[in-house]
Amino acid sequence: MKNGISSWPKALIAVDVLALLGLAFASYMVFVYAPIEAVMGPVQKVFYFHVATGWVGMLGFGAAVVAGIAYLITRKTIWDLVGLGAIEIGLVFMLINIATGSIWARPIWNTWWTWDPRLTTATIMELVYAAYLMLRGGVEDPEKRARFGAIYAIIGFISVPLTFFSIRIYRTIHPLVIGGNDPTADGSFAMTPAMSTTFMVSLIVFTVVYISLLWHRIRLGQLGERVERLRIQHSA
Amino acid sequence: MTDAPLIEVDHLIKRFGPKVVLRNLDFQARGGEFVALMGPNGAGKTTFLRILSSLSGPTMGRVRIAGHELPRQAAAVRRRLGVVSHMPLLYGDLTAEENLRFYGRMYDIARIDEQISTILDLVGLAGRRRDLVRTFSRGMQQRLAIGRAVLHDPDVLLLDEPHTGLDQDACEMLDAVLRQVAARGRTVVMTSHDLSRVEDLATRFDVLTRGSIRASIGKADMPRDGLLAFYRQSLEKARAESQKGGQ
Amino acid sequence: MRNYLRALGAVIWKDLAAEMRSRELLSAMLVFALLVLFIFNFALELNVKDRLSVTSGVLWVTFVFAGTIGLNRSLAIEKDRGCLDGLLLAPVDRTAIYFGKAVANFLFIMVVAAIVLPVYSILYNTNLFAQPGLLLVIVLGAEGYVAVGTLLAAMAVQTRTRDMLLPILLFPVVLPVLVAAVKASSGYLQGLPMAEIQPWINLLLVYDVVFTAISFMVFEYVVEE
Repeated sequence: MKNGISSWPKALIAVDVLALLGLAFASYMVFVYAPIEAVMGPVQKVFYFHVATGWVGMLGFGAAVVAGIAYLITRKTIWDLVGLGAIEIGLVFMLINIATGSIWARPIWNTWWTWDPRLTTATIMELVYAAYLMLRGGVEDPEKRARFGAIYAIIGFISVPLTFFSIRIYRTIHPLVIGGNDPTADGSFAMTPAMSTTFMVSLIVFTVVYISLLWHRIRLGQLGERVERLRIQHSA
Repeated sequence: MTDAPLIEVDHLIKRFGPKVVLRNLDFQARGGEFVALMGPNGAGKTTFLRILSSLSGPTMGRVRIAGHELPRQAAAVRRRLGVVSHMPLLYGDLTAEENLRFYGRMYDIARIDEQISTILDLVGLAGRRRDLVRTFSRGMQQRLAIGRAVLHDPDVLLLDEPHTGLDQDACEMLDAVLRQVAARGRTVVMTSHDLSRVEDLATRFDVLTRGSIRASIGKADMPRDGLLAFYRQSLEKARAESQKGGQ
Repeated sequence: MRNYLRALGAVIWKDLAAEMRSRELLSAMLVFALLVLFIFNFALELNVKDRLSVTSGVLWVTFVFAGTIGLNRSLAIEKDRGCLDGLLLAPVDRTAIYFGKAVANFLFIMVVAAIVLPVYSILYNTNLFAQPGLLLVIVLGAEGYVAVGTLLAAMAVQTRTRDMLLPILLFPVVLPVLVAAVKASSGYLQGLPMAEIQPWINLLLVYDVVFTAISFMVFEYVVEE
């Protein structure tokens, strides 16, 4: 099985190994290297992976828009696989982001949930992309499925900032750790150098994890297409 | 009749995902020809007609109608095409006249009132012009659908199973309308299951199976045992060929 | 350009003429809207004190739900008898078809609003027409809603799940319109200063422009094959 698609590319193995080692290293940094925050205590450590998973989620949804536009222009099925994979990964990571946020919010804001712009927007995004999957499920023809998926990925993503602003006009209590410190926001804190190093490492590591997962997902999609093609050839 | 083909299709391929529906289909039709496209279910007849009618794009290959390339020059082609599908393409809550008037505006037809009257006479619905299409029988709807398709006086008429769901009388009325429409020097491509129906109408018979045209015969060259025998032989031959090719 | 406007006008005329005849779509939307009002009346205990703060919410939920019924029906008519193919076969720009359908849907929602507002005013002994600002918000909100709604309905009718799918596709995307419209309407009803209403109006304007433009650009991809 030496043809391109079925062999496991060396570069992908390298990315996988890098992702695994990176996760171990980032965990070490989060739990051992980074200091415990003075006011919030150990629960603040959620922050590192919380932001990193949110970043990957946005990266996924953003990539789906690029893939969607590329699909509508080129009509190459690879772009549909990229878009679908990116959204599936985005959905999972955004869910982790919301869950970790909840874990942090319980002791800090004294509630699992609040109607804060970021929380609400993140959740609406989950609904948008769940709708995306349902839309795809309702279309038989793969070409039409890809086309509709691309269009909805674009529409959905453009609505996200508007959703955010519509809720933003209410006062927010979500801390803005990066860029601008609103002292009234509950649970904001200043990062020490060790904290920001850990934070940057988490971001980079999760980006690598994202690349590895997306790559696998695209390969899976291509293999699935090939199976389908062979199945049709044999039944014909 | 002119010499240059009005419809020219070279190596047309249409894929739906991994499924290949049309493979290397070649087809030509000259001005004034009435081509009956025959073939079993799933052979790709409807897909082929949808590509000719510019509703569906080819995956690969060349499609030219009246010198215009599809899908690039679709707008120019659409002006010269009339299409009848197995659905009526009519609005049930509008009258026969209103339906034609609407499509007349979409095609920018001059002197629309005259044209509507001519068409309604042609398809024998002049007496029902102010009735809602919803109240029409299937046969009447299908006749109006043909009227709708020739409203803008197209050079090419494409019909996809126009006889579906019609009884004997309605079929005969439809055939009468079709003969009149074809008599005006139009090029007609029609798909049908019903060989006895098309035998009288068409001037050429093509067999589409397994995604390409496997046989073609003119009315003059028809063997004595008739169209059905020709059709069966063509299918048999195509099956044998593809089995050989598959090994 | 003349051709474009003629096709646009033809589509609008066709939708209105068919609707004048059958009144299917409008009557369904209207009856549904009134039912929603009544359900809210009992679900929310719309007494004098609480009513002021929830009126705009009730109105917008009514419009949005009734609008979904209208959108589904408007595009299902095109799909069921193959009329969408008929439209696409015509030598006209696809976006003229999109705008024609969108304008017709917009007018249908306006008719529903024109009946729901006085009914609400009578039921609760108030005058919703006293605030011209509210009418502006309804126009802006309905435009954004219909712009995306027409596009997504054209997509939904081509799927296996059809009517079920439209609200699921539409609501999360149209949320900013709903939030802004509810807040702006309630601002006008409560007589808040313009400075507090302005951000919501701005948001509605941005949404309308952005989503009308996007829908205009991608509609062709929804209907082609």
